[in-house]
Amino acid sequence: MDVTLWGTRGSLATPDPEMARYGGNTSCVGVIGREGTVLVLDAGTGIRRLAAHLPKDVRRIDILLTHLHMDHIQGLGFFVPLFRPDIEVHIWGPGSATLHLQQRLMRYLSPPLFPVHLSELPNIKFHQVPVGECDIGEFSVCSALVCHPGPTVGYRVTDPKGGVLVYLPDHEPALAALTFPALPREWTSGGTLADGADLLIHDSQYSAAEYPGHCGWGHSSLDHTLDFGSLCEVKELVSFHHDPDHTDAELDLMMDRARDARNPGFKVTPGTEGTSFRV
Amino acid sequence: MAQKPIEIILMRQLAGSLATPAFVVDEVGTLVYYNEPAEAILDQRFEETGEMRVDAWSKIFAVEDEFRMPIAQADRPTMLALSERRPFSRTVWMRCGHREWWHVNITAFPLIGEGSQFLGAQMIFWEA
Repeated sequence: MDVTLWGTRGSLATPDPEMARYGGNTSCVGVIGREGTVLVLDAGTGIRRLAAHLPKDVRRIDILLTHLHMDHIQGLGFFVPLFRPDIEVHIWGPGSATLHLQQRLMRYLSPPLFPVHLSELPNIKFHQVPVGECDIGEFSVCSALVCHPGPTVGYRVTDPKGGVLVYLPDHEPALAALTFPALPREWTSGGTLADGADLLIHDSQYSAAEYPGHCGWGHSSLDHTLDFGSLCEVKELVSFHHDPDHTDAELDLMMDRARDARNPGFKVTPGTEGTSFRV
Repeated sequence: MAQKPIEIILMRQLAGSLATPAFVVDEVGTLVYYNEPAEAILDQRFEETGEMRVDAWSKIFAVEDEFRMPIAQADRPTMLALSERRPFSRTVWMRCGHREWWHVNITAFPLIGEGSQFLGAQMIFWEA
């Protein structure tokens, strides 16, 4: 599968020039399988640019939402295929204890927040997660609830011919742990989901120094992310969901410090908009 | 080993930070975690026992009502929370092995997650 990062910023889009190298668009990752299956992981503002790079003959797109915080759905209304009746768009995401996924999305895709009603879009189907394992095109996709405020899932995308991508853009596995990581994978949020992943895209919003002041906000420090990658024995890790206040220079410094502190036994790549990976 | 549900993981994290003795059991009654204050009740350490099946851990205790009549396993708060999926609270006399009898209130409540998924129960002990 080919994986492209179209939005790596967390919380809020940052068009600031000093953040342009890592990118200012919010969470969105495109996945294209060798047989042409198209997955879109989250619908942050990066999805607009993704749409311009889709295969011309695409007739089905599956958007996998991890949760419905604004930075993960804001681009949805600007995703051109949603308005085309010849393209079937399947939206996967968590409902809540009281509302179905479709009802939850309507709160954004309806006036006054958005001029078009969700019900007016021509060819959309909704699927609630988590559902454990399911097949989407050529991929096997597993979804599971993870530690982040409100219903939030992570996704494990498996190509049966080889290659596992795990996507955990908003995740705080260290929440309330007296030491992290102290517990085995099955007792760590997202631990089994990320087990042995070829590529793990993971929340790394804060520096180690910033994390104590943001404990419980649902995000990880870069150091915790590297520890999580070690616990799960991943092959490669991409840091993701960069804090909107972190400039390119600060992200460079954070990465250097965390690598020195943790010395991970796997490849670590800072999440940069426009970067592609072959998994 | 399969991933624990996130609700159970968070419940363990919470229990691990409490000074109140607490058990966490899964949907079939397996004791999947007990905290440090509860180790004193069981006279065993979680690190040593690990998870315990319901038939193993429930035999560790003798439980009697306020009139010192034995309470059957099926009528204890945790078993009722598991079988009837609602909270139960009861004051009992309890003894682990040959230790002293302990006058204690046991509160057990079911853990129900997203989509009404039944995940297990938590039991908390309060000195009566």
